[in-house]
Amino acid sequence: MKLKMIKFVPLTLAALLFVGCSTTEQKAEDGPAPVSETPDKMDHSMHGKDAATSGADAATGWTGHPLDDPAKLTSTRVIHFDFDRSEIKSEYQAIVIAHGEYLAQHSSQTVTIEGHCDERGSREYNIALGERRANAVKRLLMAQGATSGQITTVSYGEERPVAMASNETAWAENRRAVFAY
Amino acid sequence: MKKLLILVVFLVSHAAYSAPLTIEITESEMGALPIAVVPFGWQGPGQAPSEDIASIIGADLKRSGRFKTMPPKDMIAFPHTGTNVDFRDWRVLGMESLVVGQVKPNGVGGYIVRFQLFDVFKGEQLAGYSIPTTARDLRATAHHISDLIYEKLTGQRGAFATRIAYITSIVQKEGKRKIALQVADADGYHPQTIVTSTEPLMSPAWSPDGLKLAYVSFEKGRPSIFIQEVYTGKRQRVASFKGINGAPAWSPDGRKLALTLSKDGNPDIFILDLAKRTLQPLSRHYAIDTEPAWSPDGKHIIWTSDRGGRPQIYRIPSRGGKAERITFEGKYNARASYSPDGKLITMVTQIGREFRIGVLDLASSQFQVLSDGALDESPSFAPNGSMVIYATKLKGQGELAAVSVDGRVKQRLALQVGDVREPAWAPYSQ
Repeated sequence: MKLKMIKFVPLTLAALLFVGCSTTEQKAEDGPAPVSETPDKMDHSMHGKDAATSGADAATGWTGHPLDDPAKLTSTRVIHFDFDRSEIKSEYQAIVIAHGEYLAQHSSQTVTIEGHCDERGSREYNIALGERRANAVKRLLMAQGATSGQITTVSYGEERPVAMASNETAWAENRRAVFAY
Repeated sequence: MKKLLILVVFLVSHAAYSAPLTIEITESEMGALPIAVVPFGWQGPGQAPSEDIASIIGADLKRSGRFKTMPPKDMIAFPHTGTNVDFRDWRVLGMESLVVGQVKPNGVGGYIVRFQLFDVFKGEQLAGYSIPTTARDLRATAHHISDLIYEKLTGQRGAFATRIAYITSIVQKEGKRKIALQVADADGYHPQTIVTSTEPLMSPAWSPDGLKLAYVSFEKGRPSIFIQEVYTGKRQRVASFKGINGAPAWSPDGRKLALTLSKDGNPDIFILDLAKRTLQPLSRHYAIDTEPAWSPDGKHIIWTSDRGGRPQIYRIPSRGGKAERITFEGKYNARASYSPDGKLITMVTQIGREFRIGVLDLASSQFQVLSDGALDESPSFAPNGSMVIYATKLKGQGELAAVSVDGRVKQRLALQVGDVREPAWAPYSQ
């Protein structure tokens, strides 16, 4: 948990620094997407009459890159797997679907899906398993309308662990797919 | 001050150069043959060479697990030639074999190493050689002498004068990892880095002539397979398809490489003809197929597949044909390779929650677990089939270990810095 927080801070800071540029960044993207990505809550608060039902959150509109909006599932970039498995677990389905929908709406946006494994078992088998995990994510993204041209997959197997210990917690953290935009 | 600095630098670089791996026999020496290797004499003017031939030989023999070597401090006589040996001295000490020898100068930078091996009880010479060498090759000469002694006393060819390749990973100050492919003598001395990268390096595989290494490098952010000449450093990229390019394995004639490619959607085994640059698919299955290894006669390939739901070892004729499963014990078997005589295969096997090194006798189907770690992987046979070197983890650090093929004698080869993994024992040089 602590690790996730630390990882998130630079993203948020970077996003804040780019507040002034957000219009130019949106212009660079194709199509009407930026409009649809304007956070709903901001709309509501501007309309005024919905303010009461929107609650306190409504006032804080996200002005950074829409993918980094902490209120959205796309701000989660890592999902986890069971040992020697590549099925996307039910608790992560919504996250992958959110990324898929975003990609479908932003056809010029590309992403690399990295597949990773824990250190157990053999290294080349883990390269294959990591690829299978990345492909499982890719298939679900494409089911939401993302195209294969937007998605690159790469497997690092057990070669790039984020948690260095040899225990269940570290292994669970290392068995992952990462959305790298 | 300057002098002191030079001395310190020398000591540091010398330590890093000459003692990277420590050897530790972790199991008993029961049944090991008692042997005394007397410190060699120096016959000549000037400085004796810094390499201690007798201690290198002693360490080799001890490392094999077949010998119990006598520490020099327990010796009561220090003969350098057979004529000065009184066998009663050594019988009293319970020694069965005795090695004596001496080094003398032979021109500029050259030496002649003489040694004699004796049967203490019969009081007779079993072997005696005079070997010309150089200062640079003294360690290699000592390993050759170990091989001669080992073969004379056990009847099996020695594998001391061979080399190993392995991957190291060192976390640098900025938190970045430096990955290296290194080659060293089989006892861990003379480590030489032949590739470094900040991205993963994997799966080193020796060509049958011991002159080249195939390996996987992620240096462009994705995996490619390279073949590099060990002595010149020249290399070529042989596979860089979309997806996985992994697990290279040389055919026994050195003309082909079996490898794993996922260019068609999922990992399959292919055979790459290195001269013609043609690619033949061998396994075609929607499951994971990877980690190919050739039988010593080149007729079969074994590999890891999870087509049955879990990773197991399968075998197929190398020219193509019907795949058959050959491991049935345990729910996870992977990264298999043949012993040099083709009778055994070693692999990673899951025992309960732990991953260990197993050996399967192909004729009897008898399966034996050789190692006792929790995260053991990448087993590789010595070229004489006597031992298996593998990667293990101790206190979170990757180390190399070796075990005799009967599982009786284990040893650790602990690198002093960084994570060490994926050992590959080189073949005999031709």
